[in-house]
Amino acid sequence: MKKSIVVAGVGGQGVITAANILARAALRDGYNVVMSELHGMAQRGGNVECSVRIGDVYSPMVGNETADAIISFEPLEALRNLQKVRKDGLVLTDINPIIPPLVSLGIGKYPAVEEIFDKISKHCRLIKINADEIARKAGSILTKNVVMLGAATALNILPVSEESLIETIKETVPPKYIEMNMKAFEMGKEEMRK
Amino acid sequence: MELLGEGKKVLLGNGAIARGALEADVDVATTYPGTPSSEIADSLSMVARYLKNSGKEVPFYFQYSVNEKVALEFAAAASHAGLRALTCMKHVGLNVASDALMTYAYVGCKGGHVIVTADDPSCHSSQNEQDNRCYAKFAALPMLEPSSPQEAKDMTVEAFVLSEKLSLPVILRTTTRVSHARGVVKLAPLNMTFKKGKFEKGGLTVTVPAVARKLHPVLLEKMEKAKEISNKSPFNFVEDFGGEYGIITSGVAYNYVREAVDDLNLKCKIFKIGMSNPLPDKKIAEFLRECKKVIVVEELEPYIEEQVKIIARDEGIGVDIYGKGYGKLKRYYEYDMDIVYSTLAKFFGVEWEEKEEGEEITDRPPVLCPGCPHRATYYAVKQVAKPDTIYPTDIGCYTLGLLPPYKTADFLLCMGSSIGTGCGFSKATEQPVISFIGDSTFYHAGLPALVNAIHHNHNFVVVILDNSTTAMTGHQPHPGNDIDGMGNEAISMDMEKVVRGLGVKHVEVVDPRNLNEAKEAVKRALEYDGLSVIISKAPCILLERKYKKERKLYQINQEKCRKCKICITKFACPAFYFDGDDVKINAVLCTGCGVCPQVCPFDAIEEVAE
Repeated sequence: MKKSIVVAGVGGQGVITAANILARAALRDGYNVVMSELHGMAQRGGNVECSVRIGDVYSPMVGNETADAIISFEPLEALRNLQKVRKDGLVLTDINPIIPPLVSLGIGKYPAVEEIFDKISKHCRLIKINADEIARKAGSILTKNVVMLGAATALNILPVSEESLIETIKETVPPKYIEMNMKAFEMGKEEMRK
Repeated sequence: MELLGEGKKVLLGNGAIARGALEADVDVATTYPGTPSSEIADSLSMVARYLKNSGKEVPFYFQYSVNEKVALEFAAAASHAGLRALTCMKHVGLNVASDALMTYAYVGCKGGHVIVTADDPSCHSSQNEQDNRCYAKFAALPMLEPSSPQEAKDMTVEAFVLSEKLSLPVILRTTTRVSHARGVVKLAPLNMTFKKGKFEKGGLTVTVPAVARKLHPVLLEKMEKAKEISNKSPFNFVEDFGGEYGIITSGVAYNYVREAVDDLNLKCKIFKIGMSNPLPDKKIAEFLRECKKVIVVEELEPYIEEQVKIIARDEGIGVDIYGKGYGKLKRYYEYDMDIVYSTLAKFFGVEWEEKEEGEEITDRPPVLCPGCPHRATYYAVKQVAKPDTIYPTDIGCYTLGLLPPYKTADFLLCMGSSIGTGCGFSKATEQPVISFIGDSTFYHAGLPALVNAIHHNHNFVVVILDNSTTAMTGHQPHPGNDIDGMGNEAISMDMEKVVRGLGVKHVEVVDPRNLNEAKEAVKRALEYDGLSVIISKAPCILLERKYKKERKLYQINQEKCRKCKICITKFACPAFYFDGDDVKINAVLCTGCGVCPQVCPFDAIEEVAE
């Protein structure tokens, strides 16, 4: 068995934490897991991507068109990583653009969101989610990564059990925020069932 | 605390190295932080503070040293007192430490000493992508090269044993994709005790020429012994998947090769090199004899390839050996699955469909954070300085001044180079020169260059961006702080006194968040005939946000806003954005630093209640 999930977004969105939760949940289920991440400048608004690979794997990074799914916290970042997902794979992305500061200065262009979604749909299956809104409803924008994990669980793209994922989330977030995160997880799941 | 746990854990490669050091009961650990090595030492720092706060004895001494050279020298002394020592740094850090390293190899060590160098192929966060395996060969030191977090831990433990067996420091060489990979690591028990060592006098440890001449052949003898160990090392092993083609590989590249063998169903033998200096010559010769043709898959320099070719020639083995230049194997940038799959498919003559490259997407480079005091400094300088001003810059977050609209970075070589090159530019041209250097970098390598500038009476401006931390690498303490890496009280340098004490006549300390004050200080510094230093002092906003609970909040009064867009085009705080034609402030991103109201010519930016 080989499963590869790419988690992508912008520094500060909780991308690495989400990938980490997924990796530790996989170990809890008894799988081998490797993952890659890039540190250093992530906090300073740059793009962030992690590959989580589960099963008979060695490489911490995915090859082009080998990932089963992309979980992206931002539309442009879904597009940036698109070539990594298989054509029979899936992209789950948040719909709220974060415009790179240099674009505001007239350097580079942020494509129309519909154009981004078109390109993704031509490559593979696309599922959109307004995770920002759901996270705020759950209590804080900071729960966005857990909303995304909840949605991914409902879509059945994660090779780990829901119990392990929930236990790992509880282990990861500060005790006083467990309830809020559980709500975020459920709301993410619920949104996908609609 | 995960690092002190048991059983199986998902660990970062760097965390696994820290755990390995703890399992080996390390006594002294030193570092200067640098991506991708930082988390090794940060993990040990966290363990030390955790144990201290739980009222337990910390079983080792840990230090964020002023630079890598001092870190290495410190640990070498500990080793010569019979203690086990660990020194971690990024690849270019070993350049700084190399003066000590080259002669340390002659002197050798007593207690096991492991030197970690974390290389950065593809320059993810570095100024070059040098292959530090060459240092092992250059200095004649044994080297281990892990491929995964599990190996990183196992090799760290073994490196201490190897070091003591050979009386030589051992280099553990990782790359970004090993240091920053996470994987399942099986932990061994911890048995940590605090020890003090004793230095026995009278050894061959003073490297005057007569002694050095004796020591060099001794070192080479030790490395002959190391070669025997390498030939028997379980870290150098062959995996046989049938067939007559051979692949020799090391480091993270092994993972791509190993998965390609499964996915492309390759009949081959893999020689995985884990101890890569000295190479296992006999085992390699044996491997070459069994193969019809061989390919070497290694990132960066043809370090293994060239030595394998020499072994083949010396042993009279006529097998064809491929490597750099074959398929997609290049001497620059890191490898990935596509590069390795494509190359091996060609080598084995199997089907492989080249995947489409993704389209070019608008970059999202990291930028100075909202509320970063460096932005205020750069804004003030740009308001005052002439267009032909040269801005030598240095290593830290503030290198991002390179980006528009500030463009306050013209030249960068290495840690401390802003002041050294500032000396040169000020003498070689008639242009004004303003050098930027961070506080941690100033202590690391800026001090000698400043002495040079003072002594020769060079005429330029040094701006020390003092944010009271080593921000870029994760907020490690430095000599300007009053707490050290173990959480103990430390003596903090007074930056102004240091600079004045060295002999700089024109020194000003400003808070750049007061733009007028900062601008006036820059004006005076530029007018001053001689060397002037501005200490631009304000804490890193990420730290301030962590500790300061209250914050002010600013919004744009749309009635007053005339849409001149200076706040976006000149000041460029990422909290500003266009909403249609209106300029707005993102309340989540705004830190309330209060600088932008000073930028707005129409007083349209107003404080609001949170």
